Amino acid sequence: MDTDALFMCLSSSACAATQISTAFIIGMLLFLVASGLSLIFGVLNVTNFAHGGLYMLGAYFALSTFEVTGNFWAALVVAALATGVVGIILERLVISRIYGADLLMQLLVCYALTLIMDDAVRFIYGSEYKMMGMPQVFDLPPVAIAGGFVPSYYLFMIGASAVAGLALWFVINRTRFGKVVRALAINPKMVSALGINTTLLYAAVFGVGSGLAGLAGGLAAPIRTLTPGMGLSFLLDSFIIIVIGGMGSIGGAFVASILVGFIKAFGAIGFPLFTDGLMFVIMAIVLILKPQGLFGERSAL
Amino acid sequence: MTNSMKTIGRRDFLKAAAATTTVAVTGFPYVAKADANTIRIGMTTILSGRVAMLGNTARAGASLVFDAVNQAGGINGKKIEFVVRDSEGKPDVAAKLTRDLINSEGCEIILSGESSAGSFAVQEVIRSLPVLCVHAETETSSLTADPKLFVKTAFRSCRQGIHDAVVGGIYASKLAKEKDLKRWVTCSPDYAFGRDNTAQFIELVKMYEPSIEFVDQTWPKLYAPDYTESITKILSQQPQAIYSALWGGDLVAFVEQANLYRLFDNTTMFSTAIGDTPVLTAIKQLPEGIHTAYRYSRKSPDTQENRDFADSFKKLMGYDPTGWGWEANVGAAFIVEALKRTNGKTDGAALASELEDMTIKSPLGVNGEITMRGSDHTIINYPVAWSQTVRKAPYLDNFVSVEWSKILEFEKEWQKSKGYIQG
Repeated sequence: MDTDALFMCLSSSACAATQISTAFIIGMLLFLVASGLSLIFGVLNVTNFAHGGLYMLGAYFALSTFEVTGNFWAALVVAALATGVVGIILERLVISRIYGADLLMQLLVCYALTLIMDDAVRFIYGSEYKMMGMPQVFDLPPVAIAGGFVPSYYLFMIGASAVAGLALWFVINRTRFGKVVRALAINPKMVSALGINTTLLYAAVFGVGSGLAGLAGGLAAPIRTLTPGMGLSFLLDSFIIIVIGGMGSIGGAFVASILVGFIKAFGAIGFPLFTDGLMFVIMAIVLILKPQGLFGERSAL
Repeated sequence: MTNSMKTIGRRDFLKAAAATTTVAVTGFPYVAKADANTIRIGMTTILSGRVAMLGNTARAGASLVFDAVNQAGGINGKKIEFVVRDSEGKPDVAAKLTRDLINSEGCEIILSGESSAGSFAVQEVIRSLPVLCVHAETETSSLTADPKLFVKTAFRSCRQGIHDAVVGGIYASKLAKEKDLKRWVTCSPDYAFGRDNTAQFIELVKMYEPSIEFVDQTWPKLYAPDYTESITKILSQQPQAIYSALWGGDLVAFVEQANLYRLFDNTTMFSTAIGDTPVLTAIKQLPEGIHTAYRYSRKSPDTQENRDFADSFKKLMGYDPTGWGWEANVGAAFIVEALKRTNGKTDGAALASELEDMTIKSPLGVNGEITMRGSDHTIINYPVAWSQTVRKAPYLDNFVSVEWSKILEFEKEWQKSKGYIQG
């Protein structure tokens, strides 16, 4: 525990600004993955352990598109859309058969899907790590903010994640489609009785959740090495986030993601040996005091 | 159950029965023999997972030697058959497969392509099955330096950590003096290799230049996807120099993410592993002037033989050799020379006595020769150098070597301090 270093950083505007931006860089990408996971759980009541695999697919879709077209924007769009389509196919073929099944069955099926996705990537791209590289448009010096420095790509990444998150919130809370989806989460039988095609809706929701993971993968592709199995670490963090924020709550996923971002960013300076430990401690405290999570309505246990 | 039974053939069953019977009756382990016209050499290495490329290049480096021998008619008329198995980088799998290669696949010699964890497990297999084993990829010094681990028929044909550390310490301290680099930080993966390697570097560089101060150490997890918090922490320290034992995909991600912060504009970086081919070619925006330990370069040794070796390797694999590639190549060359001297006899003890203090011609050798030191079964006079990254292929330039006499002098002191030899 290095409280001196932490205090010195907090009292220097350059260090504090840089670390706060770091918290958002880490947190916003996590939010994209966790919000999709949370949406799928909230509406479909499925704990999608294959979500990390979908994030990985998004990254590889972006890589291939960028290699073929050289256009980063096309890579991002394809990452989100193609992963969304894969999500819909998976929902129709596999996930739809485990609605209402116990958690162990969901875990087994989703883990099998993860292994299949990992091996498919290994088969197509090989086992070695790949790097997409930074698109030319972001090859700029970092931007000075309050004495600290933030790379321009990260500013874009935070902005794009925020826009995607806001769009999701708007659709769920302010549109007729969102109203139906919320109703579906509460009472699927009634929605079906009103003549709405719930099968289609389930597939659409799973597709949107998958698309968000794919978008996160696409945004991560220029800055991370791509390997089969790269989704696993993200999946663990995402579960911590939706347990803290509340299963099924998009707002909760946002708050918890930023909280995790802050723990990692300032933890690296103040308590580098206990950063991950602190995340789990906070998760445990939330589970004890508020088992449904900070913003959740249903218990995570 | 029935299906799996079908996969065991009559021959395999008889071999297994023979092996069991041999141990029961004689107390000696059974070693399957290849047929009289071939010499079977077995290798386990990492052919799947994150470092599969290194395993593939180890296989290629050795194949170049064995193929050349076969094309020239073999050894005493016997062709070499190279049997390669994937250990997936798991020590238990490496040990089991090595045992299988010897016991049931007729391999009489092992060229082990394992990283440190796997090699220590393989070493114990060789202790109980005394065939010749050449460890081609393990840098951990204790494998051959620690007398407690010594096995009479086991050798090492690659770099040794302590040799690298001496050269790194001398090189970095000299630069620190020249450029007045006083404030240093480290950023290495948080596991045994990262911790050991970094501690050794710090000890040596401070020994040669005591004014250096390590103001902070950052330990990202092995295979961490994101280094932003480590990079911004390093920035907050405003260091003049960074030492990093990150390697492979982790190092690529670190460099790309650090580029976004322009970290290398005002900070001198020293890396153990950026000089390896897969890393150099994976980084899209390779910063110039990163100092790196030697892994392989067609420019060093700067000889026609080395360029020919690089060309033949590239013809086979499509890219330049890696560190693992040349090390397996040297291991295979030692095995072939020992076989020539025994007229194709594969007895472990006979081959081992030929290998001790053997000097072979090699494109990688200093002055064209590499020696297998008899006292501790490890090679000397191989390329040890540091260089700097440049934008143009092969991405490395300005190689600086250290005299081997100096390395050996320090190594002796280190061996005494560890109690490996009597002072």
